[in-house]
Amino acid sequence: MLELANIRKVFNQGQHNEYWALKGIDLDILPARVSVLKGPSGSGKTTLLTILGCLARPTEGRVRLNGEDISGLPERFLTEIRRRTFGFIFQQFNLIRGLSAIENIILPGYPGGTPRAQLLARAEVLLADLQLAHRRDAKVEWLSGGEQQRVAICRALINDPQVLVADEPTANLDSKLSAEFLVILHRLAESGRTVILTSHDPLVVESAVVDRVYSLRDGQLTDVVDTRKAAP
Amino acid sequence: MRPADRILGATLLAAALFAATFVDAGWQRSAHEPALQRTAELVTRLRLSDVVLFTEARYTRHLTQADLHSAFQDHPVALEHFPSGSLLPPPRILLERHEGLDRKATSSD
Amino acid sequence: MKAWIEKQRHLIDFTAQSLARRKGKSLGLLVVYTLLVFVLASVALYTHALRNEATQVLAGTPEIVLQRLIAGRHDLIPPGYIEKIGRIRGVQKIEGRLWGYYYDSVLKANYTFMVAADREIAPGEIVVGPALERTRGLSAGNGISFRSYSGDLHTFIVAEVLAHESELVSADLVLMDEADFRRFFAYPAGHHTDVALWVANPLEVRNVGIKLLDALPDSRPILREEVLRTYASIFDWREGMMLALLSAAILAFGIFAWEKAAGLSAEEKREIGILKAIGWETGDVIAMKFWEGFLVSLLAFLVGYVAAYVHVFHFEFTLFAPVLKGWAVLYPSFALTPQIDGLQVATLFVFTVLPYTAATLVPIWRAATTDPDTVMRS
Repeated sequence: MLELANIRKVFNQGQHNEYWALKGIDLDILPARVSVLKGPSGSGKTTLLTILGCLARPTEGRVRLNGEDISGLPERFLTEIRRRTFGFIFQQFNLIRGLSAIENIILPGYPGGTPRAQLLARAEVLLADLQLAHRRDAKVEWLSGGEQQRVAICRALINDPQVLVADEPTANLDSKLSAEFLVILHRLAESGRTVILTSHDPLVVESAVVDRVYSLRDGQLTDVVDTRKAAP
Repeated sequence: MRPADRILGATLLAAALFAATFVDAGWQRSAHEPALQRTAELVTRLRLSDVVLFTEARYTRHLTQADLHSAFQDHPVALEHFPSGSLLPPPRILLERHEGLDRKATSSD
Repeated sequence: MKAWIEKQRHLIDFTAQSLARRKGKSLGLLVVYTLLVFVLASVALYTHALRNEATQVLAGTPEIVLQRLIAGRHDLIPPGYIEKIGRIRGVQKIEGRLWGYYYDSVLKANYTFMVAADREIAPGEIVVGPALERTRGLSAGNGISFRSYSGDLHTFIVAEVLAHESELVSADLVLMDEADFRRFFAYPAGHHTDVALWVANPLEVRNVGIKLLDALPDSRPILREEVLRTYASIFDWREGMMLALLSAAILAFGIFAWEKAAGLSAEEKREIGILKAIGWETGDVIAMKFWEGFLVSLLAFLVGYVAAYVHVFHFEFTLFAPVLKGWAVLYPSFALTPQIDGLQVATLFVFTVLPYTAATLVPIWRAATTDPDTVMRS
């Protein structure tokens, strides 16, 4: 569903601090599965994630989404595709302070011009699904870490995206919350969504929830392991 | 009520009041018209020449009748006596009529 | 189309929430901006309406008023002068005017004493302007004494008070009959203060003026068009007080715009980064900011203008009255007729809304065009 062919990415090209973050990556993301990009810092996993999530373009190489080559599309179309297809969860959550949980959740739906009532209804469903309905109108800065993360997940899901992308999601969570988070991810994958994470947290990488682990080092794929032997 | 509706509602209300001022202006104009007519007639009948806005001095009270020398009796760059001086320019009559004549006057050596 | 409208409403939602999050600052900004518009609009509305009113009521002033000068000072019109004028062609009617000033030491004010050309006033009676009614408490039937320059006290009975609606032209008038006037001022017999003339053909007024100058070299004709032009330029923006006000206003607008354009706070930058990361395009961010600048300045303009309108035409420009009154003791109290100059209003709108809205967009240009993946890395 999401194929990368010979992806290379360079920063500060032509300058004295030119740096090749990715040096030829080929991979094929499994649909409706949980995939993890593993590697030490500097391995290029975050860069790879941004290219997978259409947040950035590769310097060389092709990105195919559902069979369609999207690497050459202009910014406007790429943004629309990204908005429809991908939902992002950031390491720092990146919620907007001063707004309530539900107001944060519906934000990605604004540019699409979907009627507000519809967005609110969808957000309510998501909140209920994650046991957060009672915190609907609470300002996000007053929520606990776990609650903020669940709000971040709801926000990522508001446009009903095919793919959920999360960058180091458990970095700011304790073990209990991390485990809860993984359970949520599993549920999402079971319901048909594709999940891609970056992590160097063993709790995540070795979790039973994860289907495939991509290992990266120095901008190259060193290993691909399918950890779930049994079919779902 | 969603936030956009609140702010747009306030703007719409303000715009309505804005439009209302023009309506009020038109209404007041027609209401004042007879009185203005009568005042203009009074001016004609009494042979008046000035409005009563600046009653501080003779030459500000009857601005159009003022002579050169009262208006410019002090040094041209002297501080203004009256606040009305910073609100009005000197009547052009004073400047135009005499300047032309003075320029024509030649000095004999 | 519908989706576009809904999207704008969403963007305005976000903008309204942003402003609400900084409630104190937003409200303060709005209030100050509105006040600025209020002051400018008040002055603009007042001056335009007053100019109109003055030139309208003075439309019937005598076509030519002839004064006589000696050594640069006004002198009286001697007997025989008027006869000389009569021989100039084009002059239809000639009338000597009798008027002067009287200083009232009680009020420390000057009145304009005049012989009424349009009515018969009984000897010993006067007709007074509305300001005297207000400041001296005079009404029909009251008596008042004036001390003439010879030292005698003359008492007059007020026969009538001129209509309040005519205050703009009649506030300080005291009308009396000719005999009383001459007696009171010890006015030399046969002399007049100046001469009012009417010309048969209105297009000939200027020519008649020139002829008068030639015929009577010590005279000074004042034409109606000159009278009207004088009042068409009162409160000109080039004059001291107005220029000071205008400069201060422009400075204030400049400061507002500069403050906005100077840059975003770290918080605002972060927010824009988040919006871009969650799927907002550059255009969406810019549109959202546009609404912020536009709505605030538009609201300030509308409210400021309406307040100014009410202030000028329903409250008689009270806040600025001390400035206009200056040292004067007598001041007319009149309700100005609203006369709006559409161009002035449009100019004010452009000055209020455009720079501020543009200034709001300037600093976000850079932030709005950042790549969305930078948030990922921060």
